[in-house]
Formats: sequence, structure tokens, C-alpha cells
Amino acid sequence: MTMRFSIYRYDPDKDSKPYMQQYTLSEIGPGMMLLDALLKIKADLDETLSFRRSCGEGVCGSDALNINGRNGLACITPLKSLREPVEIRPLPGLPVIRDLVVDMTQFYNQYRAVKPYLTVHDPEPEIEYEQTPQQRDQLDGLYECILCACCSTSCPSFWWNPDKFRGPAALLQAWRFLADSRDQATEERLQDLAGAYSLFRCHTIMNCVDVCPKGLNPTKAIGNIRKLMLKNQV
Amino acid sequence: MGIAKRKFDSLVIGAGGGGLRAALQLSRAEATVAVVSKVFPTRSHTVAAQGGMNAALANVLPDNWHWHMYDTVKGSDYLGDQDAIEYMCRAASHCVIELEHSGVPFSRLDNGKIYQRAFGGQSQNFGGDQAARTCAAADRTGHAILHALYQQNIRAKTHFFDEYFAIDLLKDEEGYVLGALVLDIETGEPLMIEAKTTLLATGGVGQLFRTNTNARINTGDGMAMALRAGIPIQDMEFFQFHPTGIAGKGMLITEGVRGEGGYLINKDGERFMERYAPHARDLASRDVVSRAIAIEVREGRGCGPRGDHVLLKLDHLGADVIKKRLPGIRDTAMTFAHVDPIDTPIPIFPTAHYTMGGIPTNRFGQVVAPLGQLVEEPIPGLYAAGECACVSVHGANRLGGNSLLDIVVFGRAAGNHIIEYLTENHYHRPMNMDSVEQAMQRLARWDQTGDGESVDALRMELQREMENHCGVFRTAEVLQDGVAKIKAIEQRMKDARIQDHSKIFNTARIEAMELENMVDLALATVISAEARKESRGAHSRVDFPDRDDVHWMKHSLYSRDGYKLDYKPVRTKPLSVDPFPPQKRVY
Repeated sequence: MTMRFSIYRYDPDKDSKPYMQQYTLSEIGPGMMLLDALLKIKADLDETLSFRRSCGEGVCGSDALNINGRNGLACITPLKSLREPVEIRPLPGLPVIRDLVVDMTQFYNQYRAVKPYLTVHDPEPEIEYEQTPQQRDQLDGLYECILCACCSTSCPSFWWNPDKFRGPAALLQAWRFLADSRDQATEERLQDLAGAYSLFRCHTIMNCVDVCPKGLNPTKAIGNIRKLMLKNQV
Repeated sequence: MGIAKRKFDSLVIGAGGGGLRAALQLSRAEATVAVVSKVFPTRSHTVAAQGGMNAALANVLPDNWHWHMYDTVKGSDYLGDQDAIEYMCRAASHCVIELEHSGVPFSRLDNGKIYQRAFGGQSQNFGGDQAARTCAAADRTGHAILHALYQQNIRAKTHFFDEYFAIDLLKDEEGYVLGALVLDIETGEPLMIEAKTTLLATGGVGQLFRTNTNARINTGDGMAMALRAGIPIQDMEFFQFHPTGIAGKGMLITEGVRGEGGYLINKDGERFMERYAPHARDLASRDVVSRAIAIEVREGRGCGPRGDHVLLKLDHLGADVIKKRLPGIRDTAMTFAHVDPIDTPIPIFPTAHYTMGGIPTNRFGQVVAPLGQLVEEPIPGLYAAGECACVSVHGANRLGGNSLLDIVVFGRAAGNHIIEYLTENHYHRPMNMDSVEQAMQRLARWDQTGDGESVDALRMELQREMENHCGVFRTAEVLQDGVAKIKAIEQRMKDARIQDHSKIFNTARIEAMELENMVDLALATVISAEARKESRGAHSRVDFPDRDDVHWMKHSLYSRDGYKLDYKPVRTKPLSVDPFPPQKRVY
């Protein structure tokens, strides 16, 4: 079986502008993922195609791409689910470094901006903090984020204001710590998210939920932050 | 030479759990620290660790560090160094608590304490009943730990060089390590990082084998850098094959599945581990279970149309336990094996997983090498921790749950020793420009243009040869053939060329340098394996089926120059307790 691909190419070292390059792969086997196809293109057809990849099983978050108009991880996207020619572009809204590799600095900066670390003011006990299974359940659907940026780069609000709107991935992490029974920085965290942009640029378009390869729900997390803000102001 | 230069107290190469735990210790002590990683830190392979981290917290069943030590020594098939093992097992509980305080979302018991599950090779009371020692965050423990460590490093203002590839260590004439030459992958520009101490935390080399559980980044860069710096690497013949990779593909299915009560069956539906390990059954040590699976398949009791795998059954655990405790491997099984383990067993086969060998260190993380008549002396300014290091706590076979423990305990220990070193070594030593020039040549070599052998084709050939010649079962004939094959690939590397000569994010060039690293490590592995004429732990010689403590209870040391092998004794004396003398190893 053969399959056709149309892939975004741009090398600032030699190209004046980006273009789409066509590739045809033969020997597409059953069960092959999109990452397998990209690796095969690089190995057999064109070594100059650049993209990020690592674990190959959807846990490291390296190979997020825009695949037929939708963000996803190449390594867990089955080829048979894709219509041809498969159009592959870098994640939208971020500067392109080369080919399918984007500059994720803004995305990471927003992540850092929510202070994504457990903050406890009390002296530390010599054993673990107590947390009931029910309290721990609150973190499910939050801590699993792999920072692939599929969500934030599919969010129109993040496209317009990537420097001011934290974006779904960072806000999911903001809620991950607000929801943690061990964390003692609730007030500071909420204050940091006040104002018109950080949180409130979310217009519940829900692209983030739609594309998350781990099935997480940033829109719900954002809603929870809003509710907590209201509750704490009362 | 117009090479950009940065100066730090301490350089950490690798941003997995070992590197990040060390960096955190250093940043908190207000040392300036640079972490260089070829991928963004949370993409390091620690993220893929599933089952958990061992510590005798005794939250579920009675336990103590001494029992953990016994299991680890026995698991290592008596090749582990007992001083380091005692240190690790004693430190384990404290290190888990530190991680919990740092935010790791461990699963919980009803009483609010950290959830612990049973894992292979664990016992109570020195070989008695099964223990439950593995602290888990569902089946995403590595992810949870790596992210928490990265987060705490953000807080501690650690300086990160993300997507920089380490080319080589920089050394002076007196043998001090002065930092490293690294490559900014995005711009293609080299950067000299000067540091009073350099810690290698670059992980293992699972990519040596065609079917493996490892990320594509696991190319053993730090081990190869050490080899090129003239440091012999230790015990490379001991490579762990994880019993349960998805058949034909290799994705890891955690031992935690069996810890939660899953078990293996052959084509007759027989729970065959009862024959190989009557007491521990499916929770015997990994080397034992991997061999058992390979034998079942070889003797015609494998499953599927080609009889080439066995099945891991867990549907009897019920949907709730699977969704709660094993959600990640359920996803993986559905995506890659197209089965939902809630109702269908997973086809599995042993898969290359973990490098027990590596850069020799002492329990403080200092890299050690033979010096004149001395068995070993620390190399000033150089440290190693985690899978790239060989301290050696895993000996000939690592226990499940001990690798996350290893990286955290020895990342932290190395950090502590570096802090001490920095108080005695206030100044950077002068840079040795010859060393820089040498490292630059390694980079320049790939500027050669024209036709030549393809890097990717050579890589695939290397992986195939390693799989065929250095697998679960080994013989002299097959290993000798393997040595010849890998040496031939080494020769052909000289004719390899890349076609991509762009400076910007040139992944072809990175892959070429990774392959250079892997070829050196493949040679180290197969040559050490050919020489070791006994069976111990993961090294299973059909022609020498027994362990030979008289001749072979010693560590291998492989040098790149002249493919030379040397040996050093196992450290059998623990820090404070009585040694565990070698015994017949049964589960």
C-alpha cells in the first residue's frame, strides 16, 4: 500500500519562504503510526526533513504536529485514520525554526508563569503529607499533561495573545496546584491570574479539549479556577 | 577560535531524574548550575517510567531497608557493590518523602499515606513472603517524578540549556574535567561550557537493540563521552531485557501489572511461571521471567499464529483496578496492541530495556578509573549518576522499582559531593584549548560532503546485529560473530556521510553523532559479553550455564583503546551491616 504526504518545509538557512513538499511512501504496513511514516521519509527519501520525536508512545510530548488541520501527536496517530494526501504542518501560532520544528519559548514561559510547583508554607513533617484517595483523585486529569502544546496552539485566544494569555496548558497546571490539598498558595495563585488576560481571555471555544492527546480537559480546569475566584471573593 | 563560552560552578549533562535531582540540590545550595539537555527536560526518558520507586516505607506490609538491601544484592546476582546498595536502600525512604514534599502526586492509601505495590524480586524478612515496596503514582510514576523535579528546578532558578547536544568532555593534562563542548541544536553553533564539576546524567543505551522499550534519544551519549575521554566503562555485558514489552513493537508494559495480580500464560493457558519460580512465580526477578518466556516460545508453547509471544492476563483484576492503577498501560495496549486489557490479554515478549553497566562511580557519584597500581581513583571534577553510571547497585540484574530510586538517590548524593568539592575548589582551572580543538573535530567530521553510507541504514544494521548476537541467550560462537559484525560496522562508519548540511536544527547531524556513540557502546557490550564465561543475572551463556563466583565475581572494565578488557573486584563489604555472601539464587 502507498500513501501520499504533503509536508511543510522551511529552512531559513536556504529557503526564502516556506513551501509544501510532496512525498509518496510505499510499504505502508498495518498498524503504522504517522511518526513511523515521518521516520521512513527521513530515512529513505529525504534526510533533510526536520522534526522532533523521542518516546514514540505518547508520553514525552515531543512530536506534536498539525495533522490534516488538527493538532495531535504523530506517534499515536494511526496512518489509517488519515485522509490523503496527509497534510502535515508545524503547530500553528508559534514561530517556525525549521520544517516541523517550532519555537516553543512562549508556551514554556506561560507554563513557568503559573508557578507550577507545590508550595507549602508550614514546616515539613518527617513523613509524607497526608492526602486521602479522594483528595488525590482531584489531581487525575491534571497531572498527566505532557506539555506537548497541542491545546495552547489550537486556541485562538492564545494565538492573539501568546504573551499575555496563559493558555490552556498552563492554566491546566495552575488548577493542578490549586486542586492539590497539600498546596498552600491558593491566594497568591488566584491573584496572579486576576486581570483581563491571564485567565479571562478563555472564551470556552474548547479546541483544547478537542485536541488533547491525553484526553484532558483544560476548559473545565479554567472553569474551576473561575469558580474558585468567585467563591474566594465572596 | 571564536567559540562562545559560558562559565558555571557546575555543569549537568542530561535532564532526566538523575540530572534534575542533582541540579536541584546544587541550585538550592546556591551554586550556579547549567543543565544541558538534547531535549526539553520533561521529554527525557525518565518520563516513561511506569511502575514506581522502591522504598521500605512499610505503608502496606511490614518492611525495612535491610530486607530491601538483601533483595537488591540477590537480584544483582551478587555483582552489586554492597556499600552502594546499603547506602541506596537506607536513603530510599527519605528520598521518597522529599519527592512527595516536592509535589509528586503519589497514589494514596485510605489512611492518606503513599500507595505501595508489589514488584518483582521483593521479599519480607530476607527471602520470605512477597513485600509491597514500590511507591507508585498510578502507572505514571516516572512522569510524575520528572515533572515535579523540573518544576522545583524552575522554582530554584536552575539555568537550562534546552536542546543542546553534548559533543565531548573537556579535560586538561592533569586529568581534571573542565566542562564540555556542546552544540546548540537550534542554531548549529558550538558552545564551550566551563565548569568546576561536570555531572553526566545522560541515561542508558536501549537503542542498541532493534526492539526496545526506550525512547529514540537513549543513545548512551555520556557513556560514549566517558569512553572517548579514556575512562573504561563497567559491566556493559549486563543488559536487561524486560519480560513484558508489547510483542513485536517493544512498548513497555509495567511489572506493576503483575504486581497488581496479573500473570503470564502460554498457548495452553498455563500459568507457566509456576514451573520456573514456584515461590515468586510471575514476580520473580526480570532476568528469570524473560528467560522463561523465551524458553516457552522456543519450545513451541508461544501464542499467536507464529507462536512468537506469550500473553499477559489481567482482565481478572476488574475494570476498576485497571482504570485506577494501570490507566497508562491500558492506553498503550489499546493504541499499539489493539486490545483492551479489561477483557483481552496483552501479547508480550522480552524487550531490551535497561543498561545495568555504565560509567564506574563510587557511592558519592564520583567517576572512578584505575590509576597506576590503584584499583580506582576519582577523576577530579567528573561525576555520573543514573542509568549512564554504574555505581554499581544493580550488578548483573536490576530489580524493578530500583531505577527511579537509583537516579534520585545518586543524583542527590552527587549533588551533595559536588557542593563539597566546590568549597575546596574555588576557581575554574585554565581551559585546555587542545581538548576543545579535539571536540570541534568530532563536529567537523560530519561536514564532509559527497556520497557515503547512510547513517540510518547503519543504525538499523547495528540494532539488528545486536539483537541477533547479544540477546537473552548467548554463546561463544554467536558472540564472536557479533564482535566481528560490530567491528565491521565501526569500520564502515568512516564512510558514512550525511546529506543535510544546514546549520539550523539539523537532526541528521545529531543522529550521526548519536550513532558514533552507539557503535562504541555496542562494541563495549558485545566484547564484554564474549569475554565473560559464566551465566550471571541478565548475562546468560548457554555454553556456561552456571554462575562462577571463583573466577567471575568481578566487574568488567572495557576501554576503547585497543578494545581492552580489565577487571576489578566487587565491593562485598557493606557500610555497617554484615555482607550477604553469594548463594544459589532461587525465586
